[in-house]
Amino acid sequence: MVKKNPDLSVSLCGITFKNPITCASGTFGSGMEYAQFVDLNRLGAITTKGVSDRAWEGNPTPRVTETPSGMMNAIGLQNPGMEVFAKRDLAFLAKYDVPVIVNVCGHILEEYKNVVEFLSDKEGIAMFEINVSCPNIREGGMAFGTSPKELLHVTKEVKAVSKKPVIMKLSPNVTSMADMAKAAEQGGADGISLINTFTAMKIDVYRRRFVLANRTGGLSGPAIHPIAVRMVYEAAHAVEIPVIGMGGIASAEDALEMLMAGARMAAVGMMNFHEPEAMVHVIDGIEKYMEETGTEKIVDLIGCLD
Amino acid sequence: MMKEKARIHSRRELAEGIVSMWLKCSLADHAEPGQFVLVYPKDSSRLLGRPFCICEVNPEGDEIRIVFRISGKGTEEIAALEYRDIVEVEGPLGKGYPLECAAGKQVLLMGGGIGAPSLLFLAQRLKKSIVSYGGAKNVSALLGYRNSALKRFLADDFLNVGIQTMIATDDGSDGIKGNVVEVAKRLHSQRVLLPQLIYACGPMPMLKAVGEFAAELKIPAYISLEEHMACGVGACLGCVVPTKERDGHSNVHNARICTEGPVFEASEVLW
Ligand SMILES: Cc1cc2nc3c(=O)[nH]c(=O)nc-3n(C[C@H](O)[C@H](O)[C@H](O)COP(=O)(O)OP(=O)(O)OC[C@H]3O[C@@H](n4cnc5c(N)ncnc54)[C@H](O)[C@@H]3O)c2cc1C
Ligand SMILES: Cc1cc2nc3c(=O)[nH]c(=O)nc-3n(C[C@H](O)[C@H](O)[C@H](O)COP(=O)(O)O)c2cc1C
Ligand code: FES
Repeated sequence: MVKKNPDLSVSLCGITFKNPITCASGTFGSGMEYAQFVDLNRLGAITTKGVSDRAWEGNPTPRVTETPSGMMNAIGLQNPGMEVFAKRDLAFLAKYDVPVIVNVCGHILEEYKNVVEFLSDKEGIAMFEINVSCPNIREGGMAFGTSPKELLHVTKEVKAVSKKPVIMKLSPNVTSMADMAKAAEQGGADGISLINTFTAMKIDVYRRRFVLANRTGGLSGPAIHPIAVRMVYEAAHAVEIPVIGMGGIASAEDALEMLMAGARMAAVGMMNFHEPEAMVHVIDGIEKYMEETGTEKIVDLIGCLD
Repeated sequence: MMKEKARIHSRRELAEGIVSMWLKCSLADHAEPGQFVLVYPKDSSRLLGRPFCICEVNPEGDEIRIVFRISGKGTEEIAALEYRDIVEVEGPLGKGYPLECAAGKQVLLMGGGIGAPSLLFLAQRLKKSIVSYGGAKNVSALLGYRNSALKRFLADDFLNVGIQTMIATDDGSDGIKGNVVEVAKRLHSQRVLLPQLIYACGPMPMLKAVGEFAAELKIPAYISLEEHMACGVGACLGCVVPTKERDGHSNVHNARICTEGPVFEASEVLW
């Protein structure tokens, strides 16, 4: 029962995406570097690297290392700040027919609000994704994303200044994913995305040193995928707002798992480093799956397990 | 650009743990000296590409040579590939050695250990430029090894380019005793070597010392740096080096080695 041209489009927060696949923040820059490998117009959306109100230097090196079927990173959110971002990266992205999700980072609440306020009036932004889950900076970041009370507060404050839909990006370094998802929803979030990376550590036993200069780093990649699917399932079943699922997606099957667990969209992260065309392969694979299984609309697969 | 499948056309061990491979791939026809490739292990537990310099390109422009040291699980796996095996590669990546600045100059290439491969392709280009108008005045190479067990790997290839090639070993078991920078200083004070421009590749402490040596001589030095990489194309910001000037990406002082480098002017680096 092969059906041609299945409908891969999904809508989220009132915006329609041609397919449910985007990149996970920080693994695809603003698309500029990968545009030589991938037709950006093929993607459902582009999620940018974290943007802060001022330029951030990031952490000392080594910032990245490989782990079994994954990697650890402690980039420390190096980025040029919102003004350069608006002038350069947004201008670049305006050339493409692809919705842009701007990932926002900060040390303190004011910084998040500064970015959201400043960028709210700029053209070419579909929505914001608020990173309250980065394990690699000392203040802000994950501190906001591991207490339901803090998360609710940050969500409310950011929502109050945003003219665009707000997605809260959640940390897996918590006891109850469902509680965090609910807190974001109560704070007024238009959606949630998860998971960010797991705080991890790697030691070089021969040199008796931490491998990463930051000592700890965030673990991502296929190694975390089954945990991510479980967490996406828990979060999606705890709230009404839409969920973007990510964590170790390497194939169409992995992305479909996220959708069936309840995610409306799915993001590919570190696998972009392994295969610059990873997202295109995932999209093609989903289309093929739908044709072969006679699935007319992708939305029929979302949360289809219950 | 894309990730492509390359076929191993030859594989040879140059010394214990030092492997040379020729790979047939389409990226060869636009590779420049100092650029690198990512070679991807097949074992799916190892997902990141291993960066290697492009050591040479064949005259037909359809094969690249890599020369590497087995230093971990990934290089061990790649070293075990055999003639006709297929491996995935991506490149050419990064900005290589600038060549224009060699015009009319006495050029010294300084390679420390596994830094030598990065300089061979450059030596060939520079040698070719000597004969043509606007090229280097002359080129010599100084290659340093830990000891004679490394069989002065690649030294014959530098000699075949037709340039003066000197050997140094840390323990004096082959060539001149001392590390490359000590030896270069000695040869300079004896007026045997009077470089006006240096290109160097090797371990970070050596490159730092090269930078200091060049500063003493008030000459430029271009050095090729190394850092752990994830994407290799400038997207992840994993591979930065602190720089004096603001970098082109984040407008801070952390340039990406994979994109703005791997070759930097030594005085530009904050050690
Ligand atoms: C631009 C560039 C050019 C290079 N050219 C050469 C070359 O021509 N010949 C050569 O022998 N080596 C070269 N290296 C070093 C080479 O990439 C590492 O030796 C190799 O990645 C080690 O992989 P592994 O799996 O054996 O080691 P493991 O220690 O098992 O690797 C674990 C992870 O750390 C990374 N890593 C470990 N050591 C290094 C290192 N020194 N530099 C960067 N990443 C590292 C690996 O890529 C991998 O992701 C180069 C490095 C860079 C950055
Ligand atoms: C190198 C790197 C940089 C990242 N930078 C960011 C970031 O700036 N903001 C953010 O919210 N998440 C960031 N992340 C987390 C990813 O977006 C994603 O949540 C996580 O890696 C899990 O997906 P994966 O397993 O597919 O990589 C980064 C991850 C990596 C590997
Ligand atoms: S390795 Fe990703 S930016 Fe250099």
